[in-house]
Amino acid sequence: MNALGQPQSVLLVGGSSEIGLAIVERLVRDQTRRVVLAGRPSQRLTAGAERLAQEGAGVDVVPFDAADLNGHPVVVEQAFAGGDLDVVILAVGLLGDQLAAEQDVAQALDIVQTNYTAAVSIGLLASQALRAQGHGTLVVLSSVAGERPRRSNFLYGSAKAGLDAFATGLGDALVGTGVHVLVVRPGFVRTRMTAHLKPAPLSATTDMVAEAVVTALRNRKQTVWVPGTLRFVMSALRHLPRAVFRRLPV
Amino acid sequence: MSEAQLLAGWGRTAPTAARVVPVANASEVCAAVGSAGSRGIVARGLGRSYGDAAQDAGGSVLDLTPLCQVHDLDLHQGVVVADAGLSLHALMERVLPHGWFVPVTPGTRFVTLGGALAADIHGKNHHTDGSFGQHVLAFDLVTADGQLRRVDRERDTDLFWATAGGMGLTGIVTRVVLQLLAVRTSFMSVDTERATDLDDLMDRMVRTDDLYRYSVAWIDLLARGRSLGRSVLTRGDHARVDELPASRRTDPLAFAPRSLLRVPPVVPGGLLRRSTVSAFNAAWFRKAPRERRGEVQRLSTFFHPLDGLRDWNRVYGPAGLVQYQFVVPEAAGEAVREAVELLSAARAPSFLAVLKRFGAASPGPLSFPMPGWTLALDLPARTPALSGLFDRLDAIVVAAGGRVYLAKDARLPAELLPSMYPQLEAWRAVRERVDPSHVFTSDLARRLRL
Repeated sequence: MNALGQPQSVLLVGGSSEIGLAIVERLVRDQTRRVVLAGRPSQRLTAGAERLAQEGAGVDVVPFDAADLNGHPVVVEQAFAGGDLDVVILAVGLLGDQLAAEQDVAQALDIVQTNYTAAVSIGLLASQALRAQGHGTLVVLSSVAGERPRRSNFLYGSAKAGLDAFATGLGDALVGTGVHVLVVRPGFVRTRMTAHLKPAPLSATTDMVAEAVVTALRNRKQTVWVPGTLRFVMSALRHLPRAVFRRLPV
Repeated sequence: MSEAQLLAGWGRTAPTAARVVPVANASEVCAAVGSAGSRGIVARGLGRSYGDAAQDAGGSVLDLTPLCQVHDLDLHQGVVVADAGLSLHALMERVLPHGWFVPVTPGTRFVTLGGALAADIHGKNHHTDGSFGQHVLAFDLVTADGQLRRVDRERDTDLFWATAGGMGLTGIVTRVVLQLLAVRTSFMSVDTERATDLDDLMDRMVRTDDLYRYSVAWIDLLARGRSLGRSVLTRGDHARVDELPASRRTDPLAFAPRSLLRVPPVVPGGLLRRSTVSAFNAAWFRKAPRERRGEVQRLSTFFHPLDGLRDWNRVYGPAGLVQYQFVVPEAAGEAVREAVELLSAARAPSFLAVLKRFGAASPGPLSFPMPGWTLALDLPARTPALSGLFDRLDAIVVAAGGRVYLAKDARLPAELLPSMYPQLEAWRAVRERVDPSHVFTSDLARRLRL
């Protein structure tokens, strides 16, 4: 990280995440020269790596399966093998099908394990590696869905609530170590994952998230909402009586 | 082993954590180097490098400031042998009463001898006296093998000049043999003049700089149009006894600089914005006399005005400041104009901007000065669009065959380093010889892939 808060190297865990890739592309247009993508081998991952290479970054790909918790230490080790990483972006996420998952515990656990357990595992391992190198920022993609659970996606929301609490606490634990945690709370982001859904009010694009993260890194912020107004909207929504909140069309 | 501590440069940007190990003698330095871990080790003095030169994230940082004895002072030849952690301030207090002064001083007395050598620092007298390393006769260096060796300028030329300007990456300097400068008084005889614009300034400097041992110009980078580059040029030399007022002649070598004020630890950000800096600059320009000759000033007033305000870097608020200093060859004066025009047009709020002419370069392959023009400026780190502004300055500097100063740098993209420092490979060859596994490293070294 240089004096202007511009990272030179970045690791994206969840290497084919649209939001994650948008952030990395934005960083590469600045000063970032080295990228590691950790993700499940797929066409999307390969395409993402090629696009970043065309932008002038040196790209390494590390195979990563969120469900294979035992494999996580090796993934993090391989990712850091090429030298210091200024920023680690944790973009492991699965929206799932709420109604189906309510009927099928296996699906529900899949949502919880991907969004929470796997993210905690990688988050802790990455924070240990960052501590050892004495600097770096862990960017955790949380969600406003974790701020107050909604009927329509409380499984996803509960996992994100856990992840948000984990990331916030980790950030406090790491004060003074040279390692920062940036918690990103986007609202509804129009991506492949949400293409089948009707956009909620104050929805964002991946580019908006990328811009907000780059600005937050520059200013060494600990939390960022996208769009920024959501912070105040959610602050109000948090205090609505449940009977009212439940009936909101969001 | 001590706890990890957060360290940043004087600009207070990009802090990282390292184990800080205070050392008080050479054998402690040897032991610390011998037990350095995989993240390496680097020396730190008084932390006046603006960027990330004296920090080593995840590694060890040797605090050299307890290593500060004067071992020998030859009052006839003016040669001092002192520990690397000794500050120029302490050295001045020690030698000035005997009629000796440091041969090169930067804008602050609070740098160590080791740091001055590692950055091969320059002062207002570079056009006449060269850089700090050119006044060092020899030094003691703990190299990667944990051995202490004497490095002599005549006998170990390569290692000597790879260390002078080598940013601490060849080893830990523990002791310096320095040739001092003879002075009659602790006062300066100073000529001050205003230059109405950049052409006027550069013309005055080219014509008459050589009449003075010390010369520097403060530039108002926010001035525009016909006033673009308006400046206050201050030049002078050490005063003779007969130039002092009668009251000073009884004790012409008296030296007791004071810090009157200290900036509190927490200052809100944003005090230095375009409006406040613009007003300050205009007032500063108008306050200066159009022309004044032979004014007697204290050494500290002339050389170290900011040392009167302790922790002045806090004025920039928690986000800190970024310094940018470049040099371009003598013939590339047009590049200075381009840079000043760019900064003025960007309305970048800089109030510590200075222009000076450098003389001959030292042989150090990573040493910053080269014959030509050097412009130094500082900006709050939160200045909008700062990164693009620096990138455009880089482009001007590279096109003109110039370079930026590593002791101040905190953001240069690594790929620009080889064109700015064409002798980089020669430096690397020496470093590979004395430290093949890069035991000595720093955040700056990693960032610039040194």
